[in-house]
Amino acid sequence: MNAVITVLGKDTVGILAKVAAECAEVSVNIVEVTQSVLQGMFAMIMFVDITKCTVPFSQLVDSLTAKGEEMGVKIHVMHEDIFNAMHKI
Amino acid sequence: MINSHDILETINMIDHENLDVRTITMGISLLDCIDDNIDKACGKVYDKICRYAKNLVKTGEDISKEYGIPIIHKRISVTPIAMLAAACPTMSPVKFAKALDKAADTVGVNFVGGYSALVHKGFAPGDYALIESIPEALASTEKVCSSVNIGSTKAGINMDAVAKMGRVIRQAAELTADRDCIGAAKLVVFCNAPEDNPFMAGAFHGAGEPDCVINVGVSGPGVVRAALAKAGSCNITEVADIVKKTAFKITRTGQLVAKEAAQRLSVPFGIVDLSLAPTPAIGDSVAYILEEMGLEQCGAHGTTACLALLNDAVKKGGVMASSHVGGLSGAFIPVTEDAGMIEAARSKALSLTKLEAMTAVCSVGLDMIAIPGDTSAEIISGIIADEAAIGMVNSKTTAVRLIPAIGKQAGEELNFGGLLGNGPIMDINPKSPAKFISRGGRIPAPMQSLKN
Repeated sequence: MNAVITVLGKDTVGILAKVAAECAEVSVNIVEVTQSVLQGMFAMIMFVDITKCTVPFSQLVDSLTAKGEEMGVKIHVMHEDIFNAMHKI
Repeated sequence: MINSHDILETINMIDHENLDVRTITMGISLLDCIDDNIDKACGKVYDKICRYAKNLVKTGEDISKEYGIPIIHKRISVTPIAMLAAACPTMSPVKFAKALDKAADTVGVNFVGGYSALVHKGFAPGDYALIESIPEALASTEKVCSSVNIGSTKAGINMDAVAKMGRVIRQAAELTADRDCIGAAKLVVFCNAPEDNPFMAGAFHGAGEPDCVINVGVSGPGVVRAALAKAGSCNITEVADIVKKTAFKITRTGQLVAKEAAQRLSVPFGIVDLSLAPTPAIGDSVAYILEEMGLEQCGAHGTTACLALLNDAVKKGGVMASSHVGGLSGAFIPVTEDAGMIEAARSKALSLTKLEAMTAVCSVGLDMIAIPGDTSAEIISGIIADEAAIGMVNSKTTAVRLIPAIGKQAGEELNFGGLLGNGPIMDINPKSPAKFISRGGRIPAPMQSLKN
């Protein structure tokens, strides 16, 4: 089961490392990362495998959302099916 | 793999364009709660709702969190209570309303619909008592919603019921005059009422429905408007295409949520209601979509054409996105719940007569319209009859949810707060249809009913 983590906000040092560390702590495997800077705004999209996640998915959502607030960026953690449903026929 | 543009588009829709799933509504049959002892019947109603819906709110919240999509309401619709009231004819059905209200509190939903009667061809046992009790039921409960179906394409229009509902709407407003007449805001009069509508205040669980079912209502006027704004000055064929594509995406989200909720609650999935349901929040307005199409303000000449295009494109886009479509499906135009409609009504760009024309091409009818407090019951009945005639002849659902603003006049405002919004009291035509309304009887079903 895959989820998508997106980080949007002002670019600062160590965003990727902090999100990756948070994932590693609960056995969430990072499958792919893409990142870009659009008009000075940082946008990172991470595909992660949550099959072996050691905490309930909702807890992962909460902890990463809080981490985002700490870093001053907006972090969304969403099940990949929402994107599949919306963008694939 | 999903491409990053699609991901960011979805997130932008949720964060900035008010994309949400408007409601997960659990339909529950109460036919097995019928009892000639009203207290026993109410006990069974309360127990069954609490048993079936105990996980509804939590499941909705879980899905919302996992998929990152706001699910605004979790609600319940039940079998028309008139069917239960029929078994205890000597007792006031208000006890049922109180049982529903208590059950709604216990399970944590914000509305329960189904304090209803279906009288399009005439009054059966229970119907009359229930309709009589609606004002008291709505005044003495918080979360109960009521609806009465007074006409259909197949049956014609029950003019005795039309006359009665004019009086009931006034009484519902009078009994709640100290609370901005909110009683009338929880009461809908229908023609061709759907049995699987997830939206309040008109939701009820029809007699043809299974024991329990999950219906979902989608939303997203802000998303459609943003897509049109992005497209710039394209021609109207392209406008229709953009609306279709956007409606498809919105509805797929609703379908996903509906399937997931049904599975987690072990309840059959019923329908997705393909709707553009506005809220008073800025940017969540159906009127703004019409203005984005090129109208100076909603209500201008051309509004009905824009709304017809919008309503049709929403259905065309949505129908492929969902395995079962139902409910009201289309664009809603509730005046007090739509920032653009409120502005248009305030500036008098939008009149009641224009709204009536718009209801011929939108999904429902004259919805959430405040009218002067001294409007007679007969005039309200006249408005109901006109609206029902549009529904009957066009084989579509129409509805009337009018709020007589007791003690107030046109130009003043009512404020319900929350999603019910606020808005100006609109002018009505004061000429009397009293003689027509007092005739009673039934308007025969139109030729359109003879399809066999």
